[in-house]
Parts: sequence; structure tokens; C-alpha cells
Amino acid sequence: MIIDLPGTTAAAVGAALARARRSEGASTVAAALTLLVAVSERGADAAIAVASDAAREHPCRILVVIPRAPSANTKLDASIHARGPGETVTLRLYGSLGEHADSVVLPLLLPDTPVVLWWPSEAPDNPGESVLGRLAGRRITDATTAAKPLGALELRARTYSPGDTDFAWSRITPWRATLAAALDHGFDPVRSIEVSGATGNPSVPLLGAWLSNRLDAAVTIHATRGPGITGVVLRSDHGQIALTRPDGRRASLERTGSPARLVALSRRSDAECLAEELRRLDPDEPYAESVATVSTLARSRTRRRT
Amino acid sequence: MTISVSESNNPLRDTRDKRLPRIAGPCSLVIFGVTGDLARKKLMPAVYDLANRGLLPPGFALTGFARRDWADQDFMQVVHDSVKEYARTPFREDVWDQLAAGCRFVPGDFGDDAAFDNLVQTIHDLDRVRGTDGNHAFYLSIPPKFFGDVLGQLKRSGLSAGDTTSWRRVVVEKPFGHNLASARELNRVLDEVFTPESVFRIDHYLGKETVQNLLALRFANTLFEPIWNRRYVDHVQITMAEDIGIGGRAGYYDGIGAARDVLQNHLLQLLALTAMEEPVCFQADTLRAEKLKVLSAIKLPADLATGSAFGVYAKGWQGGELVPGYAEEDGIPDSSRTETYAAVRLEVDTRRWAGVPFYVRTGKRLGRRVSEIAVVFQRAPHLPFTTTATEELGQNALVIRVQPDEGVTVRFGSKVPGTAMEVRDVNMDFAYGEAFTERSPEAYERLILDVLLGDPPLFPSSQEIDLSWQIVDPITSYWADHKPERYPAGTWGPKSADEMLARDGRVWRRP
Repeated sequence: MIIDLPGTTAAAVGAALARARRSEGASTVAAALTLLVAVSERGADAAIAVASDAAREHPCRILVVIPRAPSANTKLDASIHARGPGETVTLRLYGSLGEHADSVVLPLLLPDTPVVLWWPSEAPDNPGESVLGRLAGRRITDATTAAKPLGALELRARTYSPGDTDFAWSRITPWRATLAAALDHGFDPVRSIEVSGATGNPSVPLLGAWLSNRLDAAVTIHATRGPGITGVVLRSDHGQIALTRPDGRRASLERTGSPARLVALSRRSDAECLAEELRRLDPDEPYAESVATVSTLARSRTRRRT
Repeated sequence: MTISVSESNNPLRDTRDKRLPRIAGPCSLVIFGVTGDLARKKLMPAVYDLANRGLLPPGFALTGFARRDWADQDFMQVVHDSVKEYARTPFREDVWDQLAAGCRFVPGDFGDDAAFDNLVQTIHDLDRVRGTDGNHAFYLSIPPKFFGDVLGQLKRSGLSAGDTTSWRRVVVEKPFGHNLASARELNRVLDEVFTPESVFRIDHYLGKETVQNLLALRFANTLFEPIWNRRYVDHVQITMAEDIGIGGRAGYYDGIGAARDVLQNHLLQLLALTAMEEPVCFQADTLRAEKLKVLSAIKLPADLATGSAFGVYAKGWQGGELVPGYAEEDGIPDSSRTETYAAVRLEVDTRRWAGVPFYVRTGKRLGRRVSEIAVVFQRAPHLPFTTTATEELGQNALVIRVQPDEGVTVRFGSKVPGTAMEVRDVNMDFAYGEAFTERSPEAYERLILDVLLGDPPLFPSSQEIDLSWQIVDPITSYWADHKPERYPAGTWGPKSADEMLARDGRVWRRP
């Protein structure tokens, strides 16, 4: 069911939501959180599709905030899409209302449950201090979509506040999991680390930074044609572990003295990343530490084409 | 739940890093009975789903063993078809390719020395080619009568013993015997071949997800625990109802019946989890200690004639379909006395539960498929309303829905809108996510992963099974001398079950 509310107020939207729920016969809201999506008109449809997909795992109310025509007269257009469990509300904010998005969103947040804010593309310089960011306990950005992704990641590190996280980090969970599992059953202390991946992909230095922090060893970053991350090598005094994925889909784990083991390691979709973000709503310290290390790494980066 | 020593030393592991799942180390899974329904519909799809979620180790291998004249490719095709049809996650070529490359098939009989020697060879090859490092799990998806043969062969061929750096594990499905004596015999055979921590007993009705949901509801909240006792609880009803009949399983089911099939394991486990005290932590052994205390405190009714009920479904209309009675099903002898419905009134002799009856019931061809625990509370000691105002007010209830549609329902009284003061029962429902979307791991996935990780399972130990049979054996032996009461298919069971509650002034919930 879709309800269009042109030229409306937050209170009217709230009332329409309650009415919609009643007419669907649902007496309670089984929602675990409110998901705010701050997006431009151009990216809205794709973002809503991704958010709705993630909402299947995490019942939530989705509020999509789209700023429109900053010089126009102030106006709020809303559209409610009841999809059960939860509902999606698209809010188009015209004129200077775009700067006061929090005033529209605040009355529509589900009571006493976490608020998560996701910027599918452009994000403010300081997410935690932004108008909407202050309402949210968890703020998700995506450095990959920035004009200069590596610069964006360094900015994230400078303006980090607890609760921030970035898709560049969620995208590498499968890599981190596979590497961690490879060390579960013992390995000599790692002396050096190499990470190879597409030039300008922020996940590459982020993975390098995490490995370097955890293993207390120097990391060398190699720029390749990608796609994404193409390989990691961990060297000890007696051997090495190499995880390589040249095609973005299948990886091979090679360990000194063992046969090569193959594993599917597909690049992750945005929906998978978002679902993972919604699973954990507490501050992500390993992300904070890794993103902080990226800046240091950037200065000492050695570039080499392979 | 526990972390092995090497893992806690892994510098890439960080307790704050909650994103990282645990992936099993190098290993393989060998399934006996790959042609069976369970393997096709559940096991092989679960293996694929695990691979798709990135939870299987690189180089994982899957070996099938069955009496079929198949080559590896034929087996691969069988796995492919079952994955395509039954897997919950989308089919992805790259995931499948990796899995298919590790598929092997060994043809033979369960008693055949040569076939098992062939299996030894296959497994050595996997260690060499796929790097499974000598770690192998054996899943016995076969009728219990073959357990002895297979276990004997595993021992003879040396497959049951790993060396100091590798492991061998075995998985057996319920039923764990058909009475106390046979359960003990099965245990003895298993113990001869595998160490206790290498044996994984699986009750697929009771997934880890369900157990953890129950534990979270009871022990992560302050709302429920203070009233979780005889001062507030009137009684507890535990139901596992199926809408299907026995289908083609006459050979297995006849002579076993509802009490042995479901009550002994599933219902008593749910009862134990509902009634137990708070474990000091959520490790398998502490949890088991609490469950054992409850199971050992369960008291049977003094008179089984009035404290239990059993029945068998008769021809009837179910959900708009005329279905045959149990006696008319294929392969059921005329002399059969097997019950398809079992209900019993149990008590838990502890300070917390003294005098609170636990009514448990299970049956086939009942009204609908449902599995739930209903904690029914006492009426308010005083109602400051006129009797007409509260005429329609029943008892408060907290219902934990186990499957399908996992969630919680609370029933309480609420004023009917209007000028008259009238209080009536209402239901409030919570369902976390959609339990049957591809996202939530299915019971078999978690179970296979536990086996491969060597996680002490939340599944019943041999001691729990022993105690459960001590509860069920007297019931079934009493029933053995009586004929089960017929109930029409599609209804909620025999009259005697209703009478059992009526004697206590209670009624069964309609789930």
C-alpha cells in the first residue's frame, strides 16, 4: 500500500503511519530499529531497494530523507510504503527545510529503539556532528563513492566518533574472516604483510591497516587493476600464507607445505554490507583503530605496479 | 562457545571484533546414506548454504557413501540438484564450483570391507589434494539398525581415530534408541569407537537458534524471571503439533509412536529449558548441568490412566482435504497399536515448580503445524471490577513460539473500547525477522557448523537421553497394554486428552 502525502507535516505523516498500520490489521510494531537513509534523488531508488532487502533480516522503519531544490519554497512531500514488517517513508525536503531535516525525522523515530543512519553516497565531512548524524547511534558511510575515496577515508579517521562505520570496512569482512581462520590453527609470528588491490580502493589500505595493527608487522600496499582486493601475503621466518583472488570471485589459499585450497570469496553487495552493519549496533573499535592507521600508512605507502 | 587455545592466541582474533564469524578449520564431511530424504532435502543444501555464507574452510570436501553404482560426477549431479531445489541461499556458480570440486563418492554396503578401504583411500587423497589435514566428520544419515555395521567398519578401517593433530567426529540423529535399554546399547557401541566429545547427537527439531532464543528471553530480561515460578505460574503447556501424517515412513514409525519419536527428546528438552534454573554461564556443560537437574526432578503422574492420553488419527478432513486414518496408511499392520498422539501431565519437583503441572503433547494430523511453549499465569488474586466486566477475561499467558514463525506472544486483558467497563483477552505478537527467509541459518546449518568447529553442542548428552528414557519408558509400557483412542484427522487430538486437563479444571490452548 502506498500513501502519498504532498505538502505535509511530520505529525500528519505519523498519524498516517498509525492509520496504515491499523487498516492492515496489525496492532503492534515488531520493529527493532529505525533506519535513516540520507540520499539524493538520483540514488534514492537504489538505496531504498538495498535498505528494504536488509530490512527483511532486521525489521525496521525506514525513513528516506531526500533534500530537493534548496532555493525553492519550504515544503515537505511524504510517501508511505507499508511493506510489513515495518514501513518505508520517503521524505522530500524542499527549500531550507533540507537544513532542518532533524525536525522532520525526530517525531517519526520509533520510540526507544536504536537509530541507524546510512549515507549511500555523499556523506558530510563530520558524520557524527551533522544535523541527522546527531540523532543516530550508528552512522554508516561509504568512502568508495567519494570523488577521492582514499581522502574520504582519511577524513573519516580525523572526524571519527564512536558509532561511525564505513562500507569500505564491511566489504572486507570475508577477507578478514578467511585470514583469521587461516591463523586459527597456529602460525609463526608474521614479519611482513603485503596487500594488493585496485588503485584508489579504500578497502585495500583499510585491510592493510587492520593486519598491520593486529600482527604488529609492516605492510606494503601494491596497486593492481583489481577488481577490489586481489591478494594478501603474510610472511613469517619459515613460510607464508597467501590468499589471492584475481577475478573478484574465487580465491586460493596457499600455505607453505600445504596444497592450494580454493574457496569462493565473492565481492559483497551493498545489501549484504548493510545487513551486517545492522547486526551490530555498538561502536566498532577495530574499525576505529584500522581507519586511524590508514592515515599513517598513507604517508609511508610504497607504490609499485604489478 | 568455547575457544580453543590456539584460537585465543590468534592475533587476528579480537573479542571486540564481532563481525568475524568462526570458520571451520580444514576438514571434510562424509555422509552415509546420501540417497535418503534427509541428506537430499536438508544436509546437502545446508552444506551449500554454509559455503555460500563463507563459513566453510577453503578446500572443504564432501564425500557421499551409499549403495549405488555412481561415479563422482553422478554424485555431484545429485548434490547439484538437491542444492538447486532446497538450498535457502541463492545459487552462485563460483560457490558451487568450489563445492563441486570437493565432491567424492564411494559406493558400497555398510558391511563391506572393500568399500571402507576405498573410503580410507578417498580420504587420504582428499588430505593430499584438497588439504583437509586428516580432519573428517562422519554423518550417519542411516536407519539405526545399520549404526553397528558402520561404526564397526569405521573402527576396523582406522577411520574413527585421528592422530594428535587431527580429529574424527561422528554425528547421529535421533531417535537415540527406542527405550532405555536400546539407548544404552547404542551408547556403548558409540563409546567403543569414538570418545564422548567426538560424538554429536542431533535432534533436528531443536535447533541451536531456538535454544538460544529461549535462553535470551528468559535470562537477558528482568521482565519474566521474577514471575517464572509457582507463585505466578498456574501451569505450562508444551505442544508440538504436526499437520502431516506418517507419509511413507510406516517402516520407521510403526512400533515407535509419538512418545518415543517426539516426547522423549523434543518435548522433554523444551520442558527442561523452560523449567531450569539460570546456568552460571552459557557453556554447553553448565547448561547441561541445569537441564539434568530438571530432568531428574520430573515426576510422572501417580495414575497414568488419568494423567496421560494417547491416540491415533482416524480418517478425516484436514485443511480441506480428506486424509486416510493411520490404520489405512500403506504398510501399517492391522494389529498396530502405535500412538500418533501423546500427552502427559508431568510435575517438576523443585521449590520453583512444586504443584505446577507441565502438560506436554505431540501428535500427527492435528489442526495445524505448530510448536510452542505456553506459560499460563494465575488469575489476579482480586479483581476490582464487577463480574460482568471480567467475564471474558482469561488467564495471562506468555507463549514462546518455536516453529514455524519463531517469536513471542503475550496474552493479557485489555479494556474493550466504549463506555461500558469490559475487559477482554488480547494478544500481542513479536517475531524477530522472518524466520524462514534465506538469512536466518537453518537448524542443520548451525548443527553441521558446530560439528566442524568442534563446538560442544547444545544437543542432548547421553545422560540426558538416559534420564528422558527413564521418564518415557513407564508411559509407553503402560500404553502397551491399552488401545490408543481414535481422533479424527485435522482435530486437536483425542477426547481423553481434553478430559485429562478438565479434571484439573483447565483446557488446552488452541495454538
